[in-house]
Amino acid sequence: MAKIIAGIGSSHVPAIGAAIDNGKTEEPYWKRVFSGFEKSQEWMRETKPDVAIVVYNDHASAFSVEMIPTFALGCAPEFPPADEGWGPRPVPVAEGHPALASHIAQSCILDEFDLTICNKMEIDHGMTVPMNLLFGKIEKDGHWPCPVIPLAVNVVMYPPPTGHRCFMLGRAIRKAVESFPDDLRVVIFGTGGLSHQISGPRAGLINSKWDKNFLDNLSKDPQKLVKIPHLDYMREAGAEGIEMVMWLVMRGALDDKVDEVYRFYTVPASNTAVGHIILKNKASGARSSARKASAKHKPAAKHKRAAARAKSAVRRSR
Amino acid sequence: MARAPQDYDDIPGTFVFDAERSRQGYGINMFCMSLMKDENRKAFKANEADYLKKFRLTPDQADAVLKRDYNRLLELGGNIYFTAKLGAADGHSFQHLAALMTGSTQQDYASMMLGGGRSVEGNRSRTGKNAPSKFLSAAGAKKPTAAKLKAKAKSKIKPKAKSKSKSAKRK
Repeated sequence: MAKIIAGIGSSHVPAIGAAIDNGKTEEPYWKRVFSGFEKSQEWMRETKPDVAIVVYNDHASAFSVEMIPTFALGCAPEFPPADEGWGPRPVPVAEGHPALASHIAQSCILDEFDLTICNKMEIDHGMTVPMNLLFGKIEKDGHWPCPVIPLAVNVVMYPPPTGHRCFMLGRAIRKAVESFPDDLRVVIFGTGGLSHQISGPRAGLINSKWDKNFLDNLSKDPQKLVKIPHLDYMREAGAEGIEMVMWLVMRGALDDKVDEVYRFYTVPASNTAVGHIILKNKASGARSSARKASAKHKPAAKHKRAAARAKSAVRRSR
Repeated sequence: MARAPQDYDDIPGTFVFDAERSRQGYGINMFCMSLMKDENRKAFKANEADYLKKFRLTPDQADAVLKRDYNRLLELGGNIYFTAKLGAADGHSFQHLAALMTGSTQQDYASMMLGGGRSVEGNRSRTGKNAPSKFLSAAGAKKPTAAKLKAKAKSKIKPKAKSKSKSAKRK
């Protein structure tokens, strides 16, 4: 059986990719950003996942305005880097995992998540920058350490899917992964954010308080986050900060209770607050047993009530 | 045709690229997308007004492109990830566009970002809805008082007389 062992949240600022490609990572401005990912790369080398599902958004690179799928799953055998106007980034073509991807598509659609299937797809910095941050710089003729499955979410045209919808899609993805027969250890990335606005007279907005609160709740109380309306994301975290909903797909694919392995936050990388978190499923056993275990650990009535609420929320939305 | 009012119209200095603007700005965004190709960039540069004809822009939209009025482009249905391609085709960094849109110099914009960016305080609402989102209250966090909010309201967006922006002057 395949299983999701951990979730990774990471910003996907294009300038980070440019800094890697142009050898600027040692400059003080950029070193501040990259040093925050050194431990994560170490963690990734030790964890050695078999597959990475990467939830990201395209930025008018491979997707245009001709078709705007809300959720598009990459089922192709490979994903070349997109030409973002000045030639593709010098990163390797990413290998896909078509067998797991099409299994996820089938399972999720029957679970009432109507995914668009992409059998040909190019990936832009939204995906390749987090891959670089976690896997390190890899030359164009090299190989990424594991196959990837891109899940492109529309966060460019309003409205993106709601935070709750994203979270529940994460749940459905987890169910799909756990019904895949091969023994695969899967990680899932949620990318984008954190607070930033790059459009209009309010461009430059950053809200660190919001971001830290988001990271805290992502780790400990994600049910609080699924209720945040789009208006609040845009008001507080910027018009483009709304892409933070993609982190909730990742979170939904994890246990209710997780171990926070690592966290990093810095402002700015060009116009954006950089956030990063690694959350690990406890013991990475089956979900039901993890739930039982967590119930045993928390005998206090308050916690029991919280657990019951979380469970009924899950049941309701199934 | 008038836009249906939306709750997010209350956010100052922001043009949300919603389904209505997406429909309205299709031509702008397809034009910007075309600039991904070098031959198109050259054709556009050779005769801007002529090149735009292919994209069936309204006169207002074409005017905003020719004047590089980036805020007006957003208002008329352009999306920032697309309009940024126009700036790139002109050889400008994104920060140059950000400075234009915010009515500041590139240097001032850059130092604002280095200083932690534009504060949300005083920049949440056109109509005084300046209380932080209730989803922001972490366990044990206190709500800031009105006086505190007022004191923190710096780098507030100046209300500008329409977007007759610097881009016109620059030309």
